Amino acid sequence: MSVTNPSVSLSEVKKRGRGRVPNFLRVMKKYWVFYLMMLPAIIILIINNYIPMLGTVIAFKDINYQKGILGSDWVGFSNFKYLFSTETAWIITRNTLLYNTAFIVLTLFFSLAFAIMFNEMRSRWLSKFHQSAMFLPYFLSWVVVSYLVYGFLSAEHGFMNKTLLPFFGVDPIEWYSQSQYWPGILVIVKLWKEIGYTTVIYMAAIIGIDHEYYEAALIDGASKWKQIRKITLPLISPVIIVMTLLQIGRIFNADFGLFFQVTRNAGALYSTTQVIDTYVYQTFLAIGDIGMSSAAGLVQSIVGFLLIFLANLAVRRISKDDALF
Amino acid sequence: MLSQTETAIGPSGRTGKRAKRQRQPNEISNISNLLINIFFWIYTAICVVPLILVIIVSFSDEQSVVQHGYSFFPNKWDISSYEFLLKDYWQIIDAAAVSLFVTVVGTILSLVIMAMYAYPISRGDFPHRNFFSFFMFFTLLFNGGLVPWYLAYTQMMHLKDTLWILIMPLLVSAFFVIILRTFFANTIPPALVESAKIDGAPEFRIFVQIILPLSLPVLATVGLFQTLAYWNDWYLSLIFISPEGHVNLQYLMYKTMLNVQFLTASPQAMAALAAQGVEINLPTETVRMAMAVIGIGPIVFVYSFFQKYFIKGLTVGAVKG
Repeated sequence: MSVTNPSVSLSEVKKRGRGRVPNFLRVMKKYWVFYLMMLPAIIILIINNYIPMLGTVIAFKDINYQKGILGSDWVGFSNFKYLFSTETAWIITRNTLLYNTAFIVLTLFFSLAFAIMFNEMRSRWLSKFHQSAMFLPYFLSWVVVSYLVYGFLSAEHGFMNKTLLPFFGVDPIEWYSQSQYWPGILVIVKLWKEIGYTTVIYMAAIIGIDHEYYEAALIDGASKWKQIRKITLPLISPVIIVMTLLQIGRIFNADFGLFFQVTRNAGALYSTTQVIDTYVYQTFLAIGDIGMSSAAGLVQSIVGFLLIFLANLAVRRISKDDALF
Repeated sequence: MLSQTETAIGPSGRTGKRAKRQRQPNEISNISNLLINIFFWIYTAICVVPLILVIIVSFSDEQSVVQHGYSFFPNKWDISSYEFLLKDYWQIIDAAAVSLFVTVVGTILSLVIMAMYAYPISRGDFPHRNFFSFFMFFTLLFNGGLVPWYLAYTQMMHLKDTLWILIMPLLVSAFFVIILRTFFANTIPPALVESAKIDGAPEFRIFVQIILPLSLPVLATVGLFQTLAYWNDWYLSLIFISPEGHVNLQYLMYKTMLNVQFLTASPQAMAALAAQGVEINLPTETVRMAMAVIGIGPIVFVYSFFQKYFIKGLTVGAVKG
């Protein structure tokens, strides 16, 4: 915001006519109520968001609680050097990117397919009913989901090991200590929980399409497949593009609840289940390594910021109205 | 809009004894309709069955669970898991009270605070609206990460182990503020505000008496999402609440998942069991699932009443967030 500059002479202020400062005061006088209304949120944003943003400098420090955060010694990039010299840095980056890519692609495919199928169902009542059922998992917390998964995968009592696998004559599997199964499990669980939500968003877009397009297509003898390919998909493509690009912008941010709760944070599974978010949590609160943890967090934030920026740039290219900023 | 196909049965359909409904020209064939229906029945089952398994296990006999594993058809039904939880009810009540308080207070506060921020930046005549929109929006783009955020709350604000720490971090969500702003800007005619101002109404009164009543749909949607966020939160308890502190229901469930003993940490429960001559041989498996059922109950209840508003609300700001 504007700051008075004492070196500016009086005549200069007069020349400018409405100087910035008097203008600001005038706005304040007229809209002080607005400022008062915004104050609580401003205070919360400063504490919750802006001070932590400034706090990212601790990634460049060797934090010593005796000296305080500001008084601790600067260590330059050594936290980052140390972080990237570990093998874990590579594993968590790979896991985060691969999982999120799988989520983006599969969510898009299945929720589009579901939305189109819902839209074609003859019975509107049944369509609503199934949509509601699909929405149920979205209401459950990751803690609850971890219980549901445990009910199936528990080594001693789980439904898989005790009922399903014996039925097919397969030996029981120690699910929570064998990492090779988890990429599949986590993808299924994530889709199961969130597909209802994305399907509804695509449903809304499809419902918004003008019916005359389909009537015209029918007169021309277009089949259902052709209608879907040539009318439905092109007309909702802005929604698809925006949703996907936003997800790509967040490809470096993993769903902490999924990777922490559903895996029960089992150490034996880390090679395929540890992601940046769980690593930051683990190194900070369980191990207490502030330097490494904040370095990893800062890398994640900066890469995430650049990706959102690029994603938005891409959206602007395709459809200016849908760009975020 | 969705299907004129459904409504257009037409007058001819009524003649005769329940004439078979004609297939509309652009409707899918019977066989595809059947296939889609079967598919969704299966998928609906997949969504519901895991919950049913947990509920059934919680009502099973511990011995039959130990022998045959979690099963949809237990050999013996039993409610001793719930009896056990009842003996130790204070901890569950305490956690439920924390959850309820945080959810109610948090949702109301966050609605008030976000609406009060969204309204000024939705007003076209407010000269600083762009700055404050960006001030909010930037929090979506960049965050400081876990460590500085944690230190800000614990070292600077000293909020560790308080109820307020479970409320404050979720109070303002830039995403919802933008949805509210879009709604205020697009659905409330500026002329309405103008005329109220000419009548001499102060800004705050306009906000409370004109803007808010007109915005009930979007407020309800955001309120429901915030309710869900608060009720389902376990992350803040995990990070900010030490084990001796007041945890909420989700966190209690998380702890129970790791170790059923967490529930029996209270001497009263152990004493009660010992007095009955029970060996310290807890019905661990069924108690764990009973705890899950207690945690799931309220949200399934809320879900069955409000899911249609969620679905409606999702489309409010879905396209342009």
